[in-house]
Amino acid sequence: MTKMTRRELLAGGTALAAGSTLGAPMIWAQNIKDVTLRQFGTGVSNLNEVAAKVKEDLGFTLEMTALDSDSVTQRAATQPESFDIADIEYWICKKVWPTGNLQAMDTSKIKNYDKIVGIFRSGKLTPESEIAQGTAPHTVGFVEGQNGTEFVDNESGWMTLIPTIYNADTLGIRPDLIGRPINNWSELLNPEFKGKASILDISSIGIMDMAMVVESMGEYKYPDKGNMTKEEIDMTLGIFTEAKKNGQFRAFWKSFDESVNLMASGEVVIQSMWSPAITAVKSKGIPCVYQPLEEGYRSWGGGIGMSAALSGLERDAAYEYINWYLDGWVGGFLMRQGYYSAVPETSKNYMTEDEWGFWFEGKPAQGDITNPFGDVMETAGAVRDGGSFYDRMGKVACWNAVMDENQYMVRKWNEFIAA
Amino acid sequence: MRLSPNSKSLMMVSPLVAVLFVFLVCPIAMIAIVSFWRATEFSIIPAFVFENYEFLFGSSVTYRVFFNTFKYALITWAATLLIGFTVAYFLAFHIRTLRWQIALFLLCTIPFWTSNIIRMISWIPFLGRNGIANSTLISWGVIDEPLEWLLFSDFAVVLAFVHLYTLFMVVPIFNTMMRIDKSLIEAARDAGANGAQILWNVIIPLTKPGIMIGTIFVVTLVMGDFITVRFMSGSQSANVGRLISNDVALLAYPSASATAVVLLCTVLIVIGILLRFVDIRKEL
Repeated sequence: MTKMTRRELLAGGTALAAGSTLGAPMIWAQNIKDVTLRQFGTGVSNLNEVAAKVKEDLGFTLEMTALDSDSVTQRAATQPESFDIADIEYWICKKVWPTGNLQAMDTSKIKNYDKIVGIFRSGKLTPESEIAQGTAPHTVGFVEGQNGTEFVDNESGWMTLIPTIYNADTLGIRPDLIGRPINNWSELLNPEFKGKASILDISSIGIMDMAMVVESMGEYKYPDKGNMTKEEIDMTLGIFTEAKKNGQFRAFWKSFDESVNLMASGEVVIQSMWSPAITAVKSKGIPCVYQPLEEGYRSWGGGIGMSAALSGLERDAAYEYINWYLDGWVGGFLMRQGYYSAVPETSKNYMTEDEWGFWFEGKPAQGDITNPFGDVMETAGAVRDGGSFYDRMGKVACWNAVMDENQYMVRKWNEFIAA
Repeated sequence: MRLSPNSKSLMMVSPLVAVLFVFLVCPIAMIAIVSFWRATEFSIIPAFVFENYEFLFGSSVTYRVFFNTFKYALITWAATLLIGFTVAYFLAFHIRTLRWQIALFLLCTIPFWTSNIIRMISWIPFLGRNGIANSTLISWGVIDEPLEWLLFSDFAVVLAFVHLYTLFMVVPIFNTMMRIDKSLIEAARDAGANGAQILWNVIIPLTKPGIMIGTIFVVTLVMGDFITVRFMSGSQSANVGRLISNDVALLAYPSASATAVVLLCTVLIVIGILLRFVDIRKEL
């Protein structure tokens, strides 16, 4: 390949810029405007508003590419030259880190490091918390040095991903069509909802929801839901295959929109769901609850990591970006959509007291709660499903994970779909 | 410089050969090659192994999915043939003026002015539990409970297929019917044949090439589809196309290629069998 890569072009350009302003003061501030950081990730946090704000506050350009999680994994693992910043989930990090395409970040350069929520550092939200199963973020959060490939179990000062956004997932229900309290994951397979249940057709997440159900039914207690043996996979999918054959499920969904439509149309009354989908159903004036369940939540978290190829001025810009990310504006932006930010206390400065009370503290809304785009999401008196941050994140039963038997699981999952 | 007739004709076909080689032969050859490669979770490794095929033929899911694919193809074929033949027959033999034939024929194509996906998805609110079909039937008193099997079922899949592909049956059949010499029908009538006999002994044999072309269209389209099955069955059924798309989503390109090769061979065999019945080249 003789074509000049974009990176070489960029490096040449910055070198030129450096040369022309040599000796002048503020050389760094001049140059950083020429930097372009290429970020890619899943759609949740790849928001154009963030890129626009970066340009405004920091001066450099952030290019965003949104992909689905399979493509994100593939790209992080196979095309290290195609990105500067990877916005990935922690379980993807576990898969991708050993390829050496990412470099660890020096926590002493992260201004708000000390304020990052405990989940991402010691693994404990509060000193009494128990660490959930699956790929808990702190287990893949640190390595021994900048180019370390082995994860370490302490705060080594070298962080793999800087957490950006996370949440606790549970089942969504239509309270008006069910008409009684729902308290357990096992209700998903309750024959009462025959032909009115759904589960998501994304194997790595779907299997975890299934495990929550199986455990709740009292069928089996997994040593680690996030890392099942072949037998456990067979057993779990066996239970669900039988339910499928008995007509328990109305449909399976793969995209966010599908889950919204299934719920809003009343085709389905109970299903695995994501937080913004609940909001989308509610915004149509249809009652929908993100039901807290006794067994706890299935949680997920994402973070941004740096490409191993990043160095010099670009790396400085990346640190600048990360510090800005944790400074509160993005956190406020994301928290007003129902997600959580890694440093909640800085986000507070960018939220009204009512918003903070509703989204974080679980207090009843005083007035209309709007999302960052100005749509009214809740009116006065409403309380967030599941309550406060500590109520919700304190009840995480497992984290999204990637199993050692992942390929076997995927094959079995395909059989389940075809059954 | 004078060219011999031989090299002249060679030059005339060479652009087409070049285009087909680059855009048809090369991709298929690539798929066939990749089907022998190996894959890990992140990478595909050039190799010459049969593990993709071994897994494919060793799994009961494959047979079930192929059976499903044939089932959809067969039912869709029968329904589109029945509807397509009737529509074409009506247009060709019952509409007297050419102007009306053209007008009504264009009417048939109107749904095709919108995208495939939209035509398919618009069935979902119609067939849903609280959809138009169910609420109408309930208000007429035909049923008391909403019919669950209308949506996210094999019925919905086949319905969408028939809706999407009937025109591919109408067009070639209508085309061949229009070429049937009307005097043949008069002769049959004069010889004492009734309507059914004319249909069976004159029209159907003469329409066979059209039927065969329509059949090839419908069968190949249905066997290669994945999105209709995914949406209309609510992801609950699978055909071979979905198997391939699942593999692609999981970056298992070699396994997807192997499935694609098997599907391609299957479709070619089906077409080969169909062509034994009618010599399209002779009839056209």
